[in-house]
Order: sequence, then C-alpha cells, then structure tokens
Amino acid sequence: MLTDGAILEMRGICKFFPGVRALENVDFTLREGEIHALMGENGAGKSTLIKVLTGVYPKDGGDVWLADTPVHIKSPQDAQNKGIATVYQEITLCPNLTVAENMYIGRTKSPFTNWGSINRRAEKLLDELGIPVSATEQLGNCSIAIQQMVAIARAVDMDCKVLILDEPTSSLDEQEVQKLFNLMRDLKAKGVGIIFVTHFLEQVYEVCDRITVLRDGKLVGEYIIEDLPRVQLVSKMLGKDFDDMAEIKSGSESENIDFNGTPVYQAINLTGTTGIKPFDFEIHKGEVNGFTGLLGSGRSESVRAIFGADRVTGGQVYIDGVPVRIRKPLDAMKHGISYLPEDRKLDGIVGDLSVRDNIILALQVMKGFFKPFSKAQAEKFADEYIELLNIKTASQDTPIKSLSGGNQQKVILARWLLANPQYLILDEPTRGIDVGTKVEIQKLVLKLAAEGKSVTFISSEIDEMIRTCSRLIVMRDGKVVGELKGEDLNQNKIMATIAGGES
Amino acid sequence: MTTNVSALKSQPSAKEVLGKIVRNQLFIPLVALFLLIAFNLITDPGFFKVSLEPNSAGNLVLSGNLITMIDYASELVILAIGMTLVTSASGGQDISVGATIAIAGSTVLRIVKTQSPDISGAKFAGIIIVSFLLCVVVSALFGAFNGALVAFFKIQPMVATLILFTAGRSIAAWINNNDNISINDKRFGYFGNFIPGIAIPTPVFITVICLIVIAIVLKVTNLRLYSQAVGINASSSRLNGINPKVIKLLTFIILGVCVAVCGFIKVSRTSSITYSVIANNIEMDAILAVALGGNNLGGGKFNLTASVLGAYVIQFLTTTLYKFKEIDSSSISAYKAVVVIILIIISAPIVRRKIDDMKNRREAAKAEAEALKAEAEALKAAAAEAESIEAASAEAGKETI
Amino acid sequence: MSVNTNALGGSRLRRRASLTDTNLLLIITIVVFIVMYMSAVIFLQKGFTKPQMFFNILNENASLLVLSCGMTLVMITGGIDISVGQVTCLVCMACAVHLQKVNDGVATGNVFTSLLIALAIGLAFGIVQGALVAYMEFQPFIVTLAGLFFAKGMTTIVCSDRVPVTYEPFVKLARTEVTIPFLGSVNKKGIYIPAYVEVGVIVALAVVVLLFCLLRWTKLGRNFYAVGGNNQSANMLGINVKLTKFLAHVLCGLCAGLGGYLFFLHACSGSPLHAQGAEMNAIASSIIGGTLLSGGVGNIVGTLFGVLSLSTIKNIVTSLGLEDAWWTNITVGVMLCIFLLVQSVILARKNKNKK
Repeated sequence: MLTDGAILEMRGICKFFPGVRALENVDFTLREGEIHALMGENGAGKSTLIKVLTGVYPKDGGDVWLADTPVHIKSPQDAQNKGIATVYQEITLCPNLTVAENMYIGRTKSPFTNWGSINRRAEKLLDELGIPVSATEQLGNCSIAIQQMVAIARAVDMDCKVLILDEPTSSLDEQEVQKLFNLMRDLKAKGVGIIFVTHFLEQVYEVCDRITVLRDGKLVGEYIIEDLPRVQLVSKMLGKDFDDMAEIKSGSESENIDFNGTPVYQAINLTGTTGIKPFDFEIHKGEVNGFTGLLGSGRSESVRAIFGADRVTGGQVYIDGVPVRIRKPLDAMKHGISYLPEDRKLDGIVGDLSVRDNIILALQVMKGFFKPFSKAQAEKFADEYIELLNIKTASQDTPIKSLSGGNQQKVILARWLLANPQYLILDEPTRGIDVGTKVEIQKLVLKLAAEGKSVTFISSEIDEMIRTCSRLIVMRDGKVVGELKGEDLNQNKIMATIAGGES
Repeated sequence: MTTNVSALKSQPSAKEVLGKIVRNQLFIPLVALFLLIAFNLITDPGFFKVSLEPNSAGNLVLSGNLITMIDYASELVILAIGMTLVTSASGGQDISVGATIAIAGSTVLRIVKTQSPDISGAKFAGIIIVSFLLCVVVSALFGAFNGALVAFFKIQPMVATLILFTAGRSIAAWINNNDNISINDKRFGYFGNFIPGIAIPTPVFITVICLIVIAIVLKVTNLRLYSQAVGINASSSRLNGINPKVIKLLTFIILGVCVAVCGFIKVSRTSSITYSVIANNIEMDAILAVALGGNNLGGGKFNLTASVLGAYVIQFLTTTLYKFKEIDSSSISAYKAVVVIILIIISAPIVRRKIDDMKNRREAAKAEAEALKAEAEALKAAAAEAESIEAASAEAGKETI
Repeated sequence: MSVNTNALGGSRLRRRASLTDTNLLLIITIVVFIVMYMSAVIFLQKGFTKPQMFFNILNENASLLVLSCGMTLVMITGGIDISVGQVTCLVCMACAVHLQKVNDGVATGNVFTSLLIALAIGLAFGIVQGALVAYMEFQPFIVTLAGLFFAKGMTTIVCSDRVPVTYEPFVKLARTEVTIPFLGSVNKKGIYIPAYVEVGVIVALAVVVLLFCLLRWTKLGRNFYAVGGNNQSANMLGINVKLTKFLAHVLCGLCAGLGGYLFFLHACSGSPLHAQGAEMNAIASSIIGGTLLSGGVGNIVGTLFGVLSLSTIKNIVTSLGLEDAWWTNITVGVMLCIFLLVQSVILARKNKNKK
C-alpha cells in the first residue's frame, strides 16, 4: 500500500466540524527529499489536513504512516517527537517569552533551563539565518516579520524528517523569501520532506517538486510540477476552466470621471498619530484609486486616518465640498465612507456572532442604538447579500468563525455594501483568500465604480492594483512620494517609485 | 473549512429534535430546576404546600416553602441580570456586588434614619423615593468607577472590582459612622416583606418589574447586539462605529442600578444593616447563576433567561438544603459545592464535544460506506454494461448469421 | 507576475533587548515598597525604626506569603484559585482537632502527622481542582469557587467552634523564636533585645526561594509562562498544556496546605473564622507584586514584595492612629487601585512605543 520512498503517507483522512465536511477521504504522500506543495482555495481543507497531521485536531477517520509504521498522532508535542516540525499560518509563539525561549521551549529534554546555552545557541542560529533580533528580546516587542522568521528558525533547528510550512511567506519581503527558499533547498538535500502551503503560484513553481490539489475537502490529485502548467493548476483548484483573470481590463475606464468636479472626498493636511506625515488626498465620483508602498510605509495608516479609525489630530476634510469633522469611525460611516480593514480576524469579523448579525452590524450601528431592526428585516438583508455575493454558509445563523477565509471576507464586504457607502475603502481585501474570490472581489470593485461609487483599493500584489486602479498614490516611510496614472501605471514605474530610485 | 451542507439539509428526525433541545442553553437550568422540585416532592410531599396565613403583623399572606424560595431569590435574580450583561461585554465578572449592596443599603438607611416614625404617608413616600434615587445614583457611580477601570484603563474586571470588594463594606460602615441602625417605622419594611393587604411578597413584584424593564430595554435598544459584539471582538466593533468603552461602562452602570435595587430590598427586609454580613457571598452566587445558565464567562453571546433560571436554581438548592435539619446551616456550602460541580460537569463543553466527536466518527464511517457502495455500484454498472455489450454483440452476431 | 511588496522596514541593526514585562513590573514593585518603608521610617518613626517591626510583618504574614506564591503560579498560567483562604481555614481546623485528640489521648500522632494532614488536604484540593480545570476544561474561577464552598462547609462539619491547641510539643514549636544576629534594639531600660522571626518565616522564605528557582530555571516553570502567554501557541510549540495547568493547580494546592499549616502555627488554634478573605489578600499581593491576571507575566520575588507592601501599608494606617478596621480596608483598596492604574498606564505606554 505504501509508495516507494515515502516518509509520510496519509490515507482516507476524514474530519468533520458541526455541519461541515472539512476533509473527506483525502490521501497525501510525501517522499524523502522533496518539496511538496499543498494547493487549494481557501476552505479546500489544507490547513485542516495539516492540523490533523500535527495532532491539533483529532482525525475522524483514516490512517497515517510515518516511514512504514502506522502512527497515531495525539498532540503537537507527539508530532514533534515523531519528527514533524511545523510553522503554522498564524504565528503560534508566546509573546511574553524571549526570542530564544520561543525557539527552544517544548523541545528540550533536560528538566532545567540553561539560559546561557539557549541564548548562545539562539544567537548563533539567528546570525546564521540573518534575522536581525537579539535572542533575549521579548517576542511581543518584535515585528510580525521577525516573529515569522523566529518561528521558521525554530522549525528548521529541529532535527526533523518532515517540515510543514503553512503560508510562511505572507509577511516576508522578497529577500527574506529567497533566504527561506535557500534554506528549504538545503534541507531537501539532506533528505527532509517539506510540505509547503502558499497562495503565491510563482513561489510554488520556484521551489516545489510535486503538487497535491484539494478542493472542497476532497482530493483532486497529485501531480509532478512539470506536468502541471500554471493555468491548469488554477483550473484544478477552482474546479472549472477559468479565464476570468484576462476578463478584467487593465486599468478601469477613467474617461467618464469628471476630475474637475467637486471630489466626493477631499482631505487637506490630514494628520494622524500613527507615524504618518500630513498628506492631501482626494477621490472623485466613480474613481478607483489605490495606496501602494511597502508594508509599514503608511498606506494602511493613511486610509485608517481617512476613516477616523486612529486618532486624527489635524487637517481639513471635505465631503462633496462641504467641510466636515471625522474623529471616529461612526462619523465617517455617517458621511458615507466604509472601510474594510486589513486584518480580517482581528478587526473585521465578530467571530461568535451569526453571519446575519455580522452583515447588518454596520447599518444597524448607523441607524442607532435605540432603533434595532426587526428580525424579518435583518433576515431579508442577509438573504439578499448572501445571494448577491454568493456566500457559502450553512445558514444565516451559522457563526461567522466557522466559514472559510474567503467567505468571511465576503460577509464583511456585504456588511459594508449594505451600509450603501458613497466611498468604499478596501484595505487588502484579497489577502489570504483564494484566486476565485480574489477575481470576484476585483470585478465587484469595478462594478461599484461603474455605478458611480468611489473606491480606494489597497493590495500587496501590484498587478491587482494595476488591473483595478486608475490612479496610484505611492508611499514610503509614512510620506506620499508620488502619484501615478495613465501611462505611468506599470510594474516597473511603480517599483521604481516605491524604491525611490531618483536616478 | 468547506461548506458541505448536505448533512444539514435532511428532514429533522425525532433524534435531531431531541439533540436540539438538549443543546439549548435553557436545558440544563430547567432540568436542574425540575430535578430539585421532584426531589423535594418525593422526600416531602407537603414541601410545596402554599397556604394563606396571617403573619406576625396580622396580615393574611401566602406562606410556604415555594413562596419563601421565590421571595429570597429576588436579589439574586436581579443581580444575575446585571452580571450577565457585564460578563457579556467585558468578558469578566464583578466580584464587588456584595460590598456595593452594603454601600447601597447604608445610603438608604442614612437618609431614612433621620426621619421620625410618625410622619405622614405622603411625606414618608417622599423620603423613600429620595433615598432610593440617591441609592441608585451612588450605586451607579460605584458601578461607573468599576466600569471606568475596566473600560478606560483596560484592567481585568475581576481585578478592578477587587478594589471595591476589599474596601466596599468599610465604605458602607463609614457612610453611617459604623453605627448600628435600625428603622422603627414599620412602613419601611414593606418593600422587603409584605404590603398590608397584598398576599404576595413585595420583592417578587420588584423582581418582575426589573425583568420587564430589562426585557423592554433589550427589545427597544441594541444593547444585546452591541454588548455581544464588544465582548467577542472589541476592535472590530470599534471599526463598525460602536464605542466599546462606552458599552462596557454602560453595562457596569446597569449592574450598579441592579445593585441599588438589591441593596434597597436587603435593608428593607430587616430594617437594619450589619455591614460585614449583609449580602455576604452573593457575588459568588450571582456569578454561578450566570455560569449555570450556560453563558460563557469569557464574554460574548449571552442568554438572560438562562441566567435568571440559574439564579432560581441556586436559591432552590440553598432552600432545599436548609430543609434538612441535620445539616448545620454553615456547612450547607459543602453540599452546595457538590451539586454545583455536578451541574457544571453536565454542562461542560468537553462532554458535549465528546458527543460531537462520536457523531463525527459515525459520519466518517457512513461516508466510507457510501464511497464503498458507490464503488460497488460503479463496478456493477460496468459489469452490466459489459454484459449489454456482450449481448448486443451476440445479437449483432446473430443478425449477421 | 505579481510582486509581493510586503517588506519589513526599519534598520537591520540588531538592537539591545528591551525590558520584559515581568522585569518592568518587578522593578516598580520593589521601588514602591522601598519608598513606602523608608518614608514610614523617616516620617512616622514609632516602631518603624526598629528592625523588629519589619520582622513582625514577616511573622504575621508567613502564611499569606506562601498562599500568595501558590496563587502567583496559577495566575502566571492564566488561571486563578479562590479556594486557598478556605482551604487554610479547613487545614487549621483539621490539624487543631487532630492535635487536641492526640493531646486527649484519643488518637495517636504528633506534630509531624498534623503537617502531613495539612499537606494532604492541600494536595487533595489541588489535584481535584487541577483535574477539573485542566482535563475537563472548566473555568478555574467556577471550579475553585466550588472548592471554596466545599472547604467552608467541611470546616464546620469537622467542628463548628473555635478549637485552641494545648498539645505541648506543638505549642513549643509555635513559640520558638529564631533570633537574628546583629539586628535588635535597646529598650527603655537599656536592655538589648535581639530581633527574632518565627519558624514559619523560615519555611515561607524557603518556599519563595524554591519557587523562584522553579519558575526561573526549570522547564516546568518556563512552561507555566508559555501556557499563560498564549495557551494555543504553547500547545503548538509542543507543551503539554493540560499537564502544565494541572501541575500549577497541584502546586497551588500544596502551597495552600503548607500556608494553612503556617497560619495554624501562628494562631495555635482552629476556627471557622480563620483566614477569612485570605484568597483576596493573596490575589492582591500577587497583583501588587506585578503578576497580571491575564497570565504569562509575574515573578515570585515580586509577590514577596507585594505581601510586604500590603502589610506595611496596613501597619502604617494603624500607627497613624486610624484604628477602626474600615480604614485599613479602604487604604488597601486605594493602594490596589493606584497600583493597577500605574501598571495599566505603563503597559499601555510601552505597547504604544512598540508601534
């Protein structure tokens, strides 16, 4: 039954959550010394499969073999002891401990902690991997990227046979990603089997040997990388031939926009407290524009200042030419501004509440504390938007936290569309969600613009921005450094502006 | 997580309906209440006898264990309302309610004690209204103090309320200079006992009024949605225009008002106050009521009816235990602890999860069987096809012949 | 081809590690205690100038110190144990009844068996509560609340009156004074009186040292912090979260047993009214000592200073002539309030700087 050279084999894995078949009869094989990509849309079951493998969830059916021996993995600790090291999608380290402790806790044999030794070893490893942090720093004081690198350092330092990397690159820059890939190739040469989960297709084609595709909790198939061109991979993931990417014209139609009229929103010298310089900004009816720049350049902080999400200390704001004060989110909402936040889990969803309550939340708050919607009214709204955005949910009453990432994002979108804004700010609406939903959201943005709404769109993927925006504001170190439109809207020009190459 | 909903679409069977009932938040407190009643009826058939008898003041009033229980549960029920809201919005509990009841009671007595017992009815009513309003204001202020620590300084509720838990009873004593006060005016006792001519204890009426008020508040405002949203994800609520700080503060103030009502009933019951004993340990009972109602003490979704039922369960339990003469009144808590543990075990999430796990495994087996069946059918179909082809070719062969 | 523009900005230089939350709160606590005691010595004088005053604080609070240490352990893992006060009460009563029976010749035993009883009671509470919290996943507050009720009831079932102990060897042990060399004072008659501590203080300080080492240098101790920091992460890091939580409660139970015995040693009697509210004093001491109820941050040394601060302020209030009981409580409440506000403001500012 076992495949030749397999160090890990999973057969007929099943996992159920209340009302959901997360995994149904899934097989997976990992051979010695290969990098194996696990692909699928959000909600396809990748993370669930990994959590079953590492003992976070008990499996409901199926068998696991590790190098010819059937095993039962009871807990993450058990998985570690059996030679499976994991970097999870969310950072799973303890913020109150030091970097060094986070790297060694839970895997030292001795009952005592030798601080000198672990600090020295950690320091050495951090140097080797080029992670710019002191081993004795408290992890909670480090940036997200550093935390991610520390998690990777911990995993590679283990003497493991199987290494699982679940979306490790989402908060790393290009250089760090290359560092990680070199590391992966080294380990591969040593015979370690690596399971690699990512949403970035080009990364898959850069390092992987084999691909397993999942869809809706079922196995689609296992392929050698050379046999599966990119287009086919996407169509396998989506379950249909998909050429919608091409459908979206590059750049939206900007001819219809009256750039000389009164802007829908205009800010002069807007000053915030989150480390951004005062800036001017305006958007017209039917326009789609975007903020771009590196993470931490102040693009999110800028739109948060527009929405009043963080404290605003100065500047003048005009809505349709009328001066207004926006000091808190509710002010912005009352002036027809909606904001879809960058961090869906932290700032977007209200996990335990039903899909329905999540959809009506913003409109309800705008209506007021003393005027609740009737249940029938709320149900009508929810039905309408579940239908409109094709949200996959068991029912309106399902808690939103049990939906897949892409569907959660659609619910948040529904919430803001229901509020019927004149100006919609979308901060990274496509991060961490599947290709199909990404395309749907981009199309929706263009449709809204065609209907006369204004949209500000932020994305880490520049080609997405080029496809949807007619104007890009480029930021660096909390400052607006350029504005690009028309002919200038191309990858090279944008990169050059971001990097600040004056020459 | 995929959204394969086929399992949910089928018609609900009797078993599923039963499962739904068992899963309901009201199930545990209701069953507990039912068991307590059944136990009492078996051990003492006359336990629930209600009769109309003259009390010490010579009024005809309802008496009997059932009436006593419902009467004495009043303070707990009223507190459970506020505690549930605080728990939902702030994800923690207020442990200072007992001490602030002492403060509220002391405030009432401070006003009432200055009056001679033979003032006219209208004047007396005025005094009572003034003392009650002042007590509401004072309690609400103390509630706001707790709420401000929690909302603006982000201190965990249990820790923040530890301050008043420590100092509250001393503040209560300080309000009245540590004097032992007892009010001689009989009319003052009406609110904690009986109003002449009415057979039902007054606290029961007050409880009903409180329940109606909170029901109306939840109906005409978004308090439920807001406090749940804040309790689950404060950051997200803020970006949706809710001010989490104000909502948390508001729930603490509501609890403060509940405390004021309780304090008023408490001092009226005895027309006096003992600072160190009044409403002793009531905070523990109130928190238990919330927990027994199946509400998550970590905040978020809540069910007020369940909390209220939980409060009645606790009072029924206490009264039932008191019935046993051989149990010393001070050792009752040991027995209470045992019952509480049992109730918690039944309603434990882990027990429910075990049941879910079993169900999942069964479903997995079913899925496997389905797969096998599908395979078998495919084989059969293939065989049939092969057969038909054979037959066809045979026929064709025949024709050619 | 899409380009990921996410990058980490800022300098590549390695910077010096900043203070951890635990150490920051510890420093605040120690500074506040020293300032408070020094100002009492300078402005109040009275007894404060004598070293014995300080040792009396220790004598009075040996039991509270051990209880607080146990509480700190549980609080570091993100839990709480509110049963410790009533367990102390139960331990006192059980030991008192036992020793009186020995004294009357009804039972056999000695001081040692009474200590075993105390530890066994503490251990039993620790194991049961720990199992319910860790393995059955109940909320610690509710479980230990039930424990509190149970211990309270059991105390009165054992005996509902005050039981003074007259058993000779025990009384002798309780009255033993360990003199401290070089520290003492000269009384009005010019006689030198050496400073002393009771046996319980030695035991309590030993517990402090032991638990400090446990938290600092053992795997288990560090696991406590990890579980309190983020228990899901701790699980993913390969820590047995359930076992860790269980052990924290067991250790806290043992501390409650031992602390109960120290209380007994100091009071020489059992009574249903012993150690009322001790759990809240223990929680307050831990908080003043820099332990966060949310878990993951805390230090045993801080707890030691927490206990000292709490009792010093009580003594200051008394020596100011405000002898009514309510003043002490109100002052403790105010002090707790100030501490919480300071901690809250400092941690908030620190987090803001990070961004």
